[in-house]
Amino acid sequence: MKIIFFIAASLAVASSLAAITRKKAIHAILFLVVSFMSIAVVFYTFGAPFIAALEVITYAGAIMVLFVFAIMLIDPGVQAARKEQLRQSRIVLAASASLSLALVGELAFTFFKNPGRHTGNAVLSAVSVGTKLYGTYLIGVELASMLLLSGLIGAYYLGRRADPSKDGKGTGNDSFSA
Amino acid sequence: MTAFPLEQALALSGLLFAIGLAGVITRRSMIMVLLSTEIMLNAAGLAFIAAGSRWMQADGQVMFIFILTTAAAEVSVGLALVLRQHHCAKSLDIDAAGSMKG
Repeated sequence: MKIIFFIAASLAVASSLAAITRKKAIHAILFLVVSFMSIAVVFYTFGAPFIAALEVITYAGAIMVLFVFAIMLIDPGVQAARKEQLRQSRIVLAASASLSLALVGELAFTFFKNPGRHTGNAVLSAVSVGTKLYGTYLIGVELASMLLLSGLIGAYYLGRRADPSKDGKGTGNDSFSA
Repeated sequence: MTAFPLEQALALSGLLFAIGLAGVITRRSMIMVLLSTEIMLNAAGLAFIAAGSRWMQADGQVMFIFILTTAAAEVSVGLALVLRQHHCAKSLDIDAAGSMKG
């Protein structure tokens, strides 16, 4: 199980690094799908098989597909990738990425200062997750449903296309003027 | 399941978070910034799962479900905004989108 954890963890880190350094967005999304699937394997080794399945279904299967649809509708083209590459010099990229290296150093120092704690060695199955979710955290479920409803309405309204048959003299409530 | 040292799990979470942070800082396209934010959210969820496994409680997994829900709602609205921006300005450069008009 340790071997599986190390392989999956290194694959997740490598594909995440590849995802943020791609020129084309669609390549980054596909690398990120690989990263999420390997993180699902990591979840499985931590005794959370239900969350591993949820990660693959929701994160890699719905959110990334939403990104793919957005890329498909936007269609950046070749010029955008070239423009993004030319405008940033290597020094600027290295300087800004070194800020996250500082964060990694601080986190590593904090984590490895007090060793001796271990993750559990038993599986927390879907039964225990469901009991907690609909027992203690029931109000969170209701709030999450309201959040999803508001997200749905917001995404629908923001993604609506202005009616081309109108002559432009709207009531002023539609804020679709370009 | 074998018991991992908790530092390794949290170090993986911190490393992924820092990778997402580097992506948010360095990329110029709005979609890439949203993508890197997703990496950060997933890394935070990984820390929750590791902590829940350490205390042998399912609360960590419940927290991850809520994080997942929040990320899904945020991505949908964020991508709708990105589509709006592309429709209006034809470019997704975050440096060019510095001023609001109208």
